[in-house]
Amino acid sequence: MMMPPESGPGFLKREAVPVLVFVLLALVPVAATFGAESYLLSLVTRVMIFAIAALSLDLILGYGALVSFGHAAFLGLGGYAVGILSAHGQTDALVQLPLALAVSALFALITGALSLRTKGVYFIMITLAFGQMAFFLAVSLAAYGGDDGMTLPGRSRLFGLDLIKNDRAFYFAVLALLLASYLLCRSIVVSRFGRVIRGARENPQRMAAIGFPLFRYQLAGYVIAGTLCGLAGFLLANQAEFVSPAYMTWQRSGELIVMVVLGGLGTLHGAIIGAAAFLLLEEWLSGFTEHWKMIFGPFLVLVVLFARGGLMGAIRRIGGGGHG
Amino acid sequence: MFAKTKMLLPAALLALSSGALMAQEKVKVGIMVTLSGPSAVLGQQARDGFNLAVKTLGGKLGGVDAEVIVVDDELKPDVAVGKVKGLLERDQVNFVVGPIFSNVLQAIHKPVIDSNAFLISPNAGTSNFAGAQCSPNFYVTSYQNDQNHEVLGKYAQDKGYKKLFLMAPNYQAGRDALAGVKRHFKGEIAAEVYTPLGQLDFSAELAQIAAAKPDALFTFMPGGMGVNLVRQYRQAGLADAIPFLSAFTVDESTLPAQKEAAVGFFGGANWAPDMKNPQSEAFVKAYEAAYNSVPGTYAMQAYDAAMLIDAAIRSAGGKLGDRNAIRAGLRKADFKSLRGNFKMGHNGYPIQDFYLVQAVPRPDGKFQTSIRQKIFENYVDVYAKDCKQPN
Amino acid sequence: MSMTLLYVQTLNGLQLGVLLFLIAAGLTLVFGVMDFINLAHGVQYMIGAYLAAMFTAMTGNFFLGLALALPSALAFGLLLEFLIFRHLYDRDHLDQVLATFGIILFLNQAVKVVWGAAPLSVPIPDALSGSIRLMDGLLYPVYRLAIIGSGLAIAVLLGILVSRTRIGMLVRAGASNAPMVSALGVDIGKLFMVVFGFGAMLAGFAGAMVAPILSVEPGMGDNLLILTFVVIVIGGIGSVRGAFIAAILVGLVDTLGRVFGPMLLRALMDPSAASQAGRALAPMLTYILMAAILFFRPAGLFPAKK
Repeated sequence: MMMPPESGPGFLKREAVPVLVFVLLALVPVAATFGAESYLLSLVTRVMIFAIAALSLDLILGYGALVSFGHAAFLGLGGYAVGILSAHGQTDALVQLPLALAVSALFALITGALSLRTKGVYFIMITLAFGQMAFFLAVSLAAYGGDDGMTLPGRSRLFGLDLIKNDRAFYFAVLALLLASYLLCRSIVVSRFGRVIRGARENPQRMAAIGFPLFRYQLAGYVIAGTLCGLAGFLLANQAEFVSPAYMTWQRSGELIVMVVLGGLGTLHGAIIGAAAFLLLEEWLSGFTEHWKMIFGPFLVLVVLFARGGLMGAIRRIGGGGHG
Repeated sequence: MFAKTKMLLPAALLALSSGALMAQEKVKVGIMVTLSGPSAVLGQQARDGFNLAVKTLGGKLGGVDAEVIVVDDELKPDVAVGKVKGLLERDQVNFVVGPIFSNVLQAIHKPVIDSNAFLISPNAGTSNFAGAQCSPNFYVTSYQNDQNHEVLGKYAQDKGYKKLFLMAPNYQAGRDALAGVKRHFKGEIAAEVYTPLGQLDFSAELAQIAAAKPDALFTFMPGGMGVNLVRQYRQAGLADAIPFLSAFTVDESTLPAQKEAAVGFFGGANWAPDMKNPQSEAFVKAYEAAYNSVPGTYAMQAYDAAMLIDAAIRSAGGKLGDRNAIRAGLRKADFKSLRGNFKMGHNGYPIQDFYLVQAVPRPDGKFQTSIRQKIFENYVDVYAKDCKQPN
Repeated sequence: MSMTLLYVQTLNGLQLGVLLFLIAAGLTLVFGVMDFINLAHGVQYMIGAYLAAMFTAMTGNFFLGLALALPSALAFGLLLEFLIFRHLYDRDHLDQVLATFGIILFLNQAVKVVWGAAPLSVPIPDALSGSIRLMDGLLYPVYRLAIIGSGLAIAVLLGILVSRTRIGMLVRAGASNAPMVSALGVDIGKLFMVVFGFGAMLAGFAGAMVAPILSVEPGMGDNLLILTFVVIVIGGIGSVRGAFIAAILVGLVDTLGRVFGPMLLRALMDPSAASQAGRALAPMLTYILMAAILFFRPAGLFPAKK
């Protein structure tokens, strides 16, 4: 249904939404100079970090129909890689980031290999099980703060320099990584590899019959998604300058799924819009009333009932350029 | 086609940043407490206690008009970091009062003390910030977390108990609680049981307690866990056989649900609603009239937080910009605390008295804790010596 | 001594098991028959507890409160079905997740607005208070025995209902092949409504039954919901028998493992390492169990769909 757009005539029309999203994100620091700069930057930075996490989930959820209900574990793994290394005096991103990614990839490889034996809701629940195990492991790490989590001495350094200490610099670093992640996911989706993953969603028997080793393809997709989410975890730890098991609760995994579905499955930029809508609405509504969940909850229900395909679906219909 | 996206982002950003440019002619206080989830009642007490103090002071703090902004940390540390930055940058608050829970404190401590605002904790008081990581921009109006537990350890030791059964949830505060008890209790520990956080059925542990036959039980079970434990403890018939010693388990936030089941159970605290001094008596009366519930230590400590800020601004002559003068005022803590005896230690944690309290029924059908005996006087927390700030 | 502990723990595990079964039965049927993921099922449990607390306080009698709470829980479930759920049956699983997640957010906050944030409690009815001596040195609270008894009775009734009656036959047929049932001319909409209402009432009953021993508070259904999903997945979706066996299994593993796991570890390694490992492992036990079962039987113990 959702063939990714390719270059050619009408490029701007079809690519309008993602282009607009990134232009807006690039303009935020300009707008921020008029107001509470560091607050706005940190809010939108947080949005972008969750957008990377949601993007990574959309890759397997939206295109491969693999509903991972333990995705937040990778946020925690990436975060704890930063936290634990910092606690031992290693604050350089050149060490922290590769380790965060490697740990996430390894965890994805092991749990993915076990989980992908199951299908549908059984897959949902077994990924939840691994997510919970990671959560309880983090809680039991008394040396690293246990349940309370740990404060980082500061942001990661790069080549021994405080390159991302400045909020604005960190903002642009995260924006660049979000853009890179987005482009990476797009190229994965249109590649042969991506077509196999999508084919496996539509008709697994046929794909297997053609001779594709589906399990290996899906596992590779799962590892890529997990690693990318580990990157988001690395960034989240740097943004909050704090890590705690709260990053990896099952509720957080659920919120990631909600972000992806809210934005619109299998569109990639939908995941970014979903993350932004979720976090900004949360921030904005909670400013009005402590009972903001009584507004937010029905909003989600209405989106499902009246906006098929999430916010991206609504945008397409309003724009009139959609496929229904 | 873009109408929706276009509207959403800038409108939201504008809404979030509005107010940042307003001139500062009044004192702004951001209250960050937990107002959602099962623990919301603690945050409500703190918020109400603080608001009551501001109302009592005629809407002013230290003679300056006060604006109070309340935010919910949702008990999520990373959410709290974002929201506290909102308070600091968007709302330009002079003081952040919060939080309730230690894990949130760990997360918001750094952003606040690095800013131009002071952080006043009305409840959470972790060991690290009392000791080596103490800060001149951080003050606590409650206690150091270990102290309420130490009360029961000392009591058990003085009472001559030989064997104690210890139980706490399996998280950092739970482990700290049991360490606090063991600091003063030197007898035998029958068992040290850690239950999953959020566990609501204690039948397994109650069977173990009955089997171990200790002289007393010490437990730390905050919130809903405590409600369940207390009621099940009584239902299992243990209440009359094995004394129930606890901290943060039987208090004004849980008694409305525990009711008769908790009567006679012991707790450790720095205050109880029957504290004998004029300011405390007036506070309890006003609180009950305004909110129709019995105030607990959460409300008391938040009330004192407002009084501390009031005293600090007053001693600085109302000059909010003079941070050194304000800081000196916070250290001096020249106000009448609801708990009577109160001094601010050099690490920003209080030096105060601690009491053994017991749950009792009241004539009006409600329940409250009542002071039984003083356990510690002018008690300094054990981490204060690691704090290198000048006296 | 340690045998007594074992017996008591087994009873406790049984009690948790029947409780899980009461909630899981409705969830597995709704899931199996309608292919509908209802995250809001845990909220029905919470609503049941709140209704029982309210009616008990009003009437001053737990049994009257329970009698009023059950039809109210049913009515509430049907209202939700009418307003929201019936529009979601033909939707994607993820749409259902999103919508029912929204319902959780709303209702968890709504009970706080209606009944306050502080936990509520319900006194144990006098007729069921106290403990009885089951054997030498083994005292057990009567009320908990009542929970076990009523849970087992409902399990038996449900078993008969599903295996012996016409509606049960339709439900079983629906769980294994829903389009076929619909093709046979059965009013599938009505069948769904019956199953849904029944599931909501069972969850509400579970909530009302635990109100005297657990505190009634906002969000009390959330963690239980996850455990319930674990149960229905282990049991095999759509299978009432599977849900029952899995519920008892999870109840026993969780309760016994919590106490005897650390003891076992202490026998194997030195005490401080054992208590460290025990603390990390105990809460993971049910999840390890589920992962292991799904590894060997990827569709649960008793898969209903062929």
